[in-house]
Amino acid sequence: MTTKVLEGTHAISWAVQRSRAAVIAAYPITPSSGVVELLAEMCADGRLDARFVAVESEHSALATCAGASQTGMRAFTATSSHGLLYMHEMLHWCVGARLPIVLANVNRAVGSPWNIFADQNDSLSQRDTGWLQYYCEDNQEVLDTIIQAYKVAERVLLPAMVCLDAFFLSHTSEPVSIPEPHEVDAYLPPFAPDYFLSPDEPHAFGGLSAADGYMELRARIDAAMRHAEQVAEEADEEFGRLFGRRHPLVETYKTDDADIVLVASGTVAGTAREVIDARRARGERVGLVKIHLFRPFPFTPIRRAVSGAKKIAIIDRNVSFGHGGIMASELRSAMCAHPLAPPIFSFIAGLGGRDITPQTIDDVVAHTIQQEQPEADTLWVGLKE
Amino acid sequence: MTTTTVATPNDYKSDLKPIWCPGCGDYGVVQAIYRALAAVGRPPHEVAFVSGIGCSSRIPGYTTTYGFNTVHGRALPIAQGIKLARPELLVLVAGGDGDGFSIGGGHVPHAVRRNIDLTYVVMDNQIYGLTKGQLSPTSPRGLKTVSSAYGSVEDPVNPLMYVLGYGARFVAQGTPADLSGLASLIEAGLRYPGFAFINVQSPCITYGQPEAQLKAHKAAMKRLEPMGHDVTDRLAAMRLAAEYGEALYTGVFYRDPNPSPTYDAELVERRRAFGTLDRARALDRFVPH
Repeated sequence: MTTKVLEGTHAISWAVQRSRAAVIAAYPITPSSGVVELLAEMCADGRLDARFVAVESEHSALATCAGASQTGMRAFTATSSHGLLYMHEMLHWCVGARLPIVLANVNRAVGSPWNIFADQNDSLSQRDTGWLQYYCEDNQEVLDTIIQAYKVAERVLLPAMVCLDAFFLSHTSEPVSIPEPHEVDAYLPPFAPDYFLSPDEPHAFGGLSAADGYMELRARIDAAMRHAEQVAEEADEEFGRLFGRRHPLVETYKTDDADIVLVASGTVAGTAREVIDARRARGERVGLVKIHLFRPFPFTPIRRAVSGAKKIAIIDRNVSFGHGGIMASELRSAMCAHPLAPPIFSFIAGLGGRDITPQTIDDVVAHTIQQEQPEADTLWVGLKE
Repeated sequence: MTTTTVATPNDYKSDLKPIWCPGCGDYGVVQAIYRALAAVGRPPHEVAFVSGIGCSSRIPGYTTTYGFNTVHGRALPIAQGIKLARPELLVLVAGGDGDGFSIGGGHVPHAVRRNIDLTYVVMDNQIYGLTKGQLSPTSPRGLKTVSSAYGSVEDPVNPLMYVLGYGARFVAQGTPADLSGLASLIEAGLRYPGFAFINVQSPCITYGQPEAQLKAHKAAMKRLEPMGHDVTDRLAAMRLAAEYGEALYTGVFYRDPNPSPTYDAELVERRRAFGTLDRARALDRFVPH
């Protein structure tokens, strides 16, 4: 095992190198460009035996990955914000075609107006395309999750997206353990799909499927997605055995006796730990739940994690206009049949890269403690007058 | 209604200070645009300036015209929408080589053949500057960049040859190394009735090649006008365009002497023709008696 000081983008590159991706296609966009710059270098100098192509758009990047994956090769791309949105058509396509591509998305705000900073609306607006979605808290988790994502994606034949916050992770350097190639090989076997483009066994892909067959194909995707939760759980367990690190799909922190449970994802979870520790030191019973896997939505572990709480506070760095925080609405749907569902305080904060500081989170917790019930479905944090 | 006024380049200069690297060619391009707009004389509120994404696409903000910093690659369709809705506006479009010939490349032939009256200025620096130095569609083969550590293995797009091949009616190339020449090319494009394309060799001081900077341009540029090039000869223009990347020709490559009517003009004409029909009688045929 090697330890390097890596920014989030390069943690991804190393994970892709260790995962032995065979085809990498990408188009530059801030703040994800660094991911493929290092990969381009690795492909050029032979550290990674892969073909790299700097294509003409993100739509083409994912289309190229789709072509490569369809031939039975491991494909990778990285993007952010408008780049991900421009891939939208191909995102759907890769799911329908059951291509287990891994994509790293640096969560960045969407225009108009232009903004390059952290915000989860880019990937969360792609929620219903059928990609697995992971959200990461630190650069080690980013690296480990990319490797796990290949394992899970290739088992369930669905593509996976690994998301990390713009700049807070993508451009922040941290010590990261990089497993040795043979260790990753032992964890991640070569990609060997049952069906792929091959002259030895000719197949055609993507043909017309009318009303008599399309629905069954959709049902299978849904079943595969639901099954992915268990596969992801197993993949993380095995990862933990081999590498000594776990990344639970839903991570709990000091929740056992907690009256107030805070729910967060991405780098906000890291900051929230500090707030939980500070309040615990004062004897307050508060805890944290981190959503690491968002699709498939891990209903059972989430319910288990929050069900003892008297109140839940959830912070969303995203918004579904006219509805509220996207993770909050998922949480509400998980809890709606719960006989003793605690009140859910849904906070929206940090859009467009606005800092979510320990003070921001502490205010959220204080508000949740003070109020009997949330005064509105959605509470916007720190809005200027 | 369109008006012309006696204007000076300063009338088109906004209070925003450009955010470009010192020595960037785009400073010269914006100066040339101020001059061209002043020469044409349409007041700023009758000009819409549309751009895509990239360093060069910051440019509308530095003018007093209506500005629209749009989505990467989509400047042309957005400009077409503006021109269709408000045909009386003078519509200027700008962007970089990535915007025009990579991600937005599919729009260029259609803007050419549709012939909506737009002037498209591409600031071609052969690199992605805003995202810090990756290969662009006009990067020369062999160029080492952060996305091509050991040199590009692809041929570049030839923007001049592309648009000439698509059938463009006005095609020119300039450099900010010759500011007054560039200003008059942009002015000619603005005055041209129909889609006009001006490729500007606008050097990137930070990530560009040393041999493609302003000083080198000044030494290398060859003006087409004194060479006796016939601007009405498309094939002659294409022969010159074929030297893109080797020779730096400046001036008008091609100007259609008998331009077909613009899309806007055709629409007006059609409407007039339909206006003479007896609508009531025509529709009457579909009413059951």
